[in-house]
Parts: sequence; C-alpha cells; structure tokens
Amino acid sequence: MKAAVSITLSLILYEAVARSGWFAQALVPTLPTIARTLWAMLADGTMARHAANTLWRVFAGLALAAVTGLVLGFLMARYRPVERFFMPLVSALMPIPSLAWAPVFILWFGLGNTATVLVVFYAASFPMVINTWTGARAVNPLWLRAAGAMGASGASMFWKVVVPGASPFIITGLRLAFQRAWIAVVGAEMLAASDFGLGWVIFDAKEFLNADIMLASLAVIGAIGYAFERLVFGSLERGTVLRWGMVRTAKA
Amino acid sequence: MIEVKNVTLEYGTSEGKVLAVDNASFSAKESEFLCLVGPSGCGKTTLLNMIAGFFPPTQGEIRVHGQAVNGQGLDRGIVFQDFAQLFPWRTALGNVAFGLEMKGVAKSERERIALEQLRLVKLEKFAGSFPHHLSGGMQQRVAIARALAYNPGVLLMDEPFAALDALTRDEMQRLLAEVWRATRKTVIYVTHNVAEAVYLADRVIVMTPHPGRIRAEVPVRLPRPRDPLSVEFLEHQKMLLRHLTQKEEGPS
Repeated sequence: MKAAVSITLSLILYEAVARSGWFAQALVPTLPTIARTLWAMLADGTMARHAANTLWRVFAGLALAAVTGLVLGFLMARYRPVERFFMPLVSALMPIPSLAWAPVFILWFGLGNTATVLVVFYAASFPMVINTWTGARAVNPLWLRAAGAMGASGASMFWKVVVPGASPFIITGLRLAFQRAWIAVVGAEMLAASDFGLGWVIFDAKEFLNADIMLASLAVIGAIGYAFERLVFGSLERGTVLRWGMVRTAKA
Repeated sequence: MIEVKNVTLEYGTSEGKVLAVDNASFSAKESEFLCLVGPSGCGKTTLLNMIAGFFPPTQGEIRVHGQAVNGQGLDRGIVFQDFAQLFPWRTALGNVAFGLEMKGVAKSERERIALEQLRLVKLEKFAGSFPHHLSGGMQQRVAIARALAYNPGVLLMDEPFAALDALTRDEMQRLLAEVWRATRKTVIYVTHNVAEAVYLADRVIVMTPHPGRIRAEVPVRLPRPRDPLSVEFLEHQKMLLRHLTQKEEGPS
C-alpha cells in the first residue's frame, strides 16, 4: 500500500513538471506519451526482444559469477594458501567499477555479447566470492562437531553441513550479485552491445532525441529488476533460510 | 566400556603452559551412568571432548570398548549444551536421521528408526518440525535422539540441560533416566550440578580445577527412581559438596 502511494505521488509530480511548459515536450514527455510508446514497443515485440537479450546477458554473466564465486569462496574459506593468494587480488580488483573494464573488454573481444557478459561477470563475482567465503567461515562449529561425531566428512560434510550452514550468506550474495549484474548489464550494453538490449535502446534513442523511448525502457528495466528481487529472491529466501529460522523477518 | 588412563592435557597460551587435565584415570563399565562433576575450569568438558575424539591427550590413553580412541567415531554419540547443535535446515526427523544417512542406511529404514528414537524422547508428534519451532527442552531431546539413532554404545553428554529452566531440567532428568534404562547405554555425563549428578549417576567422579584433577569417586547406590528430597539423596549431595570445597590435601 505504502509503495503504491509513493510511486503514484512521484508520477503525479513528474506529470506536473512535464506539463508545466518549463522544458521542451520532446525532452520531458508526458506520462501518456511514454505509456503509448511503451505499449507500442510491447505490442510489436521490440521491447520483449530487447529485454530477452539483456536478460540472456545478465544470466550468462551471473551464472559464471555464481559458479566462480562459490568455488573460490569455499576454497578460500577451506584452504589458507588459497585465501592468502586470492584475498589481495579480490581486495584490489573489487573497487574497480565493472564499467571501467568495458573499453578494455571491447578492445580485446570486440563489440557484442562477450564484452557485455564479461562486464556483468566482473560486477557480480565479488559479492558472490565475499559472501560465500564469509558464509563458510560463519558456519557454527558445533554443527561441524556434531556432524563429525555422526560420521560426516569430506563431501558429505561439505554438501550436507557447510553449504546449508552458509546458505543465508550465499543467498544474500546471490541477491547482491543480481543487483550489481542488472546495473552493470545496462551500462555495458550502452558501450559494448550492438543492435539489441535495453541499455542499447536507451543509448540509441539519444541519437534521435527519443526521450519517450528512453523513459519507457527505464521503466521496463526497473520493473524487471523489481520482479526478480521480490519474486525470485524473495521466494528463494522464504523457501529456505526464513523457513529454517536461520534469518528472521523484521518485527511489525 | 571406557578406560581413561593417566590422561593429561597441556596447552600453551601467551602466559605459558596451562595444565587443563592432570593425570586423570577412571573407567566406566558397560551400561554404567557416570557423572563428571566439578566447577568450571576443572577440565571435565576437556576430558569429555578427548573421549569424543575431538583432540588427543598430551599424555595417557583413552580406550572405548578396548579400542584406543583415534578421532571421532560412530561408537560414541555426543550431546552438547548449546541448543544450536541441531541443524536448523533439517526437521527434527531429518536431524535424528543424519547419522544413519552418513552410515548409508536406506531412506525408509532410517526414517523408521529416527521416528522410533523420537518416540523414545516423546517427540514423535514433532517429527516434521524445524528446530526453531521447538522449545529449548524439546531441542535437547531431539539432540539426544539424534545421538542415539545410529546406536552407539556410548553416550557422551556435556551439560545438556544446563541452559534450561529448573522445571524443564527436572523433567529432562527424569526422561533421561528413563531413556537410559530403556537403552542401557554407557553414559558419561558432565555437569556442575551436584543434585543432577546424584539423581542420574551410578558413580560420580569429582574434579577440582587449577590444575584439573580427579579428587574423588563417589558411588551412588540409591534405588531408582530417586527421590531428591530423601535423606540419603541429600547426604550424597553433601558428600560431593565436601569433596568439591575441600582444600588441597591428599585425595580421599
């Protein structure tokens, strides 16, 4: 309810500014104009095609980042030499904005999917590594002792105790990784993609002063991000760590 | 059958070496209920952890069923004080079945055995509940069922009821006495509570701190179920307290 109120109020404010005549209509289009453009793009399938391209890139990068982050995070938590070797690299590379790599990747791999996916991968890897590493080290030692006394070791200890024990951190890591990936993909598409993708649409629309297309695409980017955050990661959390009481819901 | 022979544990700290356990020897017969009683710092938990195989003694030897203890083993079940010992991502049944799962027992068979163990601690109705929905006393009962499920000959218990309220603790002690009578396990039970030791034990080993030493062995030959208000019960308590408070002069 609160969300609907704040969104509606913001839209009304925007509409008032758009109609005030202070700015050119072409630069600040009214909501009905944006809605018409959005509808047209949805109806003829262009928006779906762009969104599908963007989603494909984001999931390719995110999948790579998740696998790399989980493997590296668990290895770093388990083996001191691995931790000592990778931690300085992680600390040095993490502060570099993923978009700053875009020109480098374009130089190496050309315009297109490879460069875009790599930017996404770069953005999403660090939350996965850091959270998996922290999660594995935060596993209650009592669980390890109890499981060890019951005959768990090696693979069974890892899959049946360490992984579920670290799951609150891992799920949060995935959430953060998706957020960063989603932000990165739009930026990367502006620089590195050609012909398709939501970021590319926005950047391309600038050439023709199509502010309505830009804003319609921004709305779609926000909506998809919102849906994933609330539906996918929200249910993932409700089905696992919340259900197990490993994290709690806030008090009303 | 458990034999502890001249066991010493020394560990180094920044202030030098600490003698946690000094030359402790005792044994427990098959199906005997043995309590280790003493104030904190007397080495009783350290001794239990060495019997569990979590770390080896500096000197001396521990044998369980004639075999020298070398690491953890399925011949010993262990219950800790902390409720958090249960795996939050597994139901009560899933927790109890863990050891059997590690042993490779088939799913239907291990669920049947786990349910039987839950019935023993009167929790069969809560088989499908996750630990965070159970009270502290119920969680400790699940932990006892879990330690018994894979049928170890020895049950090691480290102050399992110390974090419970007094009423629940009394109830748990009665239940444990019943479980012990039904299963005839050899039990080594660590506590700082003298009344608890007299209620449960066949024999009480009294330990004193700095360094951790065995001060006395007191057999409790009272018929079961024991009445904590009887004269004999109180006399046993007094005797144990005398051993615990006595100053350092020749063991009794």
